[in-house]
Amino acid sequence: MTAALESRNLAVRYGHFSAVGGVDLAIAPGARHALIGPNGAGKTTLVHALTGNVAATAGSVHLDGEDITHLAQPARVRKGLARTFQINQLFRSQTVLENVLLAVFERQRATRAFWRSATGDRRAIAEAREHIALVNLASLADQPVHRLAYGQQRMVEIAIALATRPRVLILDEPAAGVPTTESAVIFERLEALPREMTLIFVEHDMNLVFRFAERITVLVAGKVLTEGTPAEISADERVREVYLGRRGHHAA
Amino acid sequence: MKARTATRFAPVLLLAAIASYVLFPDYLALITQIMILAIFALSYDLLQGHTGIVSLGHAAFFGLGAYSVAILSRFGVTEPVLGLFAAGAVSAVVALVLSPIVARGNDLTRLLITLGIGSLLYEAANRARAWTGGADGLSDFALSPLLGVFEFDFLGRTAFFYSFAVLALVYACLLRITTSPFGLALAGIRENTTRMRAIGAPTARHIAVSYMLSGAIAGLGGAVLAQTSHFVSLDMLGFDRSAEVMMVATLGGTGTLHGVVIGAAGFGYVKDALSTLSPKYWHLALGIVLMASVLLMKGGIAGALARLAAWRKR
Ligand SMILES: Nc1ncnc2c1ncn2[C@@H]1O[C@H](COP(=O)(O)OP(=O)(O)OP(=O)(O)O)[C@@H](O)[C@H]1O
Ligand SMILES: [Mg+2]
Repeated sequence: MTAALESRNLAVRYGHFSAVGGVDLAIAPGARHALIGPNGAGKTTLVHALTGNVAATAGSVHLDGEDITHLAQPARVRKGLARTFQINQLFRSQTVLENVLLAVFERQRATRAFWRSATGDRRAIAEAREHIALVNLASLADQPVHRLAYGQQRMVEIAIALATRPRVLILDEPAAGVPTTESAVIFERLEALPREMTLIFVEHDMNLVFRFAERITVLVAGKVLTEGTPAEISADERVREVYLGRRGHHAA
Repeated sequence: MKARTATRFAPVLLLAAIASYVLFPDYLALITQIMILAIFALSYDLLQGHTGIVSLGHAAFFGLGAYSVAILSRFGVTEPVLGLFAAGAVSAVVALVLSPIVARGNDLTRLLITLGIGSLLYEAANRARAWTGGADGLSDFALSPLLGVFEFDFLGRTAFFYSFAVLALVYACLLRITTSPFGLALAGIRENTTRMRAIGAPTARHIAVSYMLSGAIAGLGGAVLAQTSHFVSLDMLGFDRSAEVMMVATLGGTGTLHGVVIGAAGFGYVKDALSTLSPKYWHLALGIVLMASVLLMKGGIAGALARLAAWRKR
């Protein structure tokens, strides 16, 4: 079966520093795939390279078997590859509804129209409200985003990404900066997404990773250390050493 | 929110224009100039206030509209409304052609590029004496009566109503543009281009269209000035005019239609009053007034009005 998303020998260099050093990934359609690794391992940079936020220095990216390495990010999005950001990237003074509605309009290419009223498009608005309801923000839809609590803003990130109707969605620490109790809620929302949607997520909280991921890739110093099921990863001595071990040490 | 305020202000501004006509019949020329300044400032603010991109050469499109009127009349386009829309079209096409070099880059490169475009066009107009009259300008172009009926009278009544009609049209169009799906995308570019790319938005295309529309409206403003003053000159393309419109937008409240119109009125009036008061030092005085208002009023006049409204509601 062709992978939903694949990278071959993907590399990103910043000057002489190799942030991602030749990563081979193959994510199966419908996967719930976690990307873990210590701080500075290159997870975010890898996400950037997969989605086109930064250009790869070497290697290739394939979406459903199609080489998308040379496509700019907007073109990749239109092919069904969306992402969320570790640090919120929102239209802060716009309302939640406007944030999500814009993504709906862009997907429909309705943003070419400057002669129509945006609020007159009931269907697009109804769809935007559905995405907003899915992330539990229905009651806050008409609030400007900057008034929302941080955890709620993280939900807006996800709603915007969903409004692009992705086939593959990459979430860079969707629960970053959110209290543990709320982060579980975020992941429960993600679990409710359609099974056909391929989900890749970066996450530091091991409880959440083992609870929601079906496969895990461990990234260390820009390279894949290992990949496997949660059981395999938790049994792996090297992973314990570089990652779990260190965390365990912190906990102690 | 802002659009709703701009809608609510539309009848207020309309009444203000009518009142000014009735109350100050001796000042029609000044009021006409203010309305033209408002058209130009609105065109500029589509870029700065709504799209979040800056330009230091926007007078290029204003002047282009003015010269188009004069030059087209040599080819028989003497009816003002026809000349107006032809001038708008010329400015729109030139803006669209130039838009790829404006769309790329950041604020600093954009400032330099638009500054360059402005001075290039200025120099070109200066050299092409046969067409533009060079430094002397042009006043020997024919204008037929407006719609075949209304002559531009020396009391400036026709000029007043004509400028007013164009300003009202521009205001209504911009109200629609800024509340359209496209307008939402412009706000997106202003607020977060990283996110725009991540939702698949063609940002360069949006910026190009915004630039084209803005250029077209600036062209309308220039055309109205050429027609109502029956004169075109190099200063209509000049840097001073580009800088002035930036000040007007900031003073009025960038990103708000009503604020920019009020800003144009305030700026036009203060400039006129100061220059009669002190022909020598009015530049200095204007600078002080502007600096004080920018420092004291966050969000310009529109921002102050919004705060006042919020305060009254409590
Ligand atoms: N624009 C950049 N220029 C230079 N170095 C960079 C740049 N972006 C990231 N890096 C470096 O690349 C390395 C990988 O960073 P990255 O953000 O991908 O790590 P990460 O695994 O996402 O970390 P975290 O868990 O803290 O989010 C880090 O050492 C970082 O300092
Ligand atoms: Mg990261």
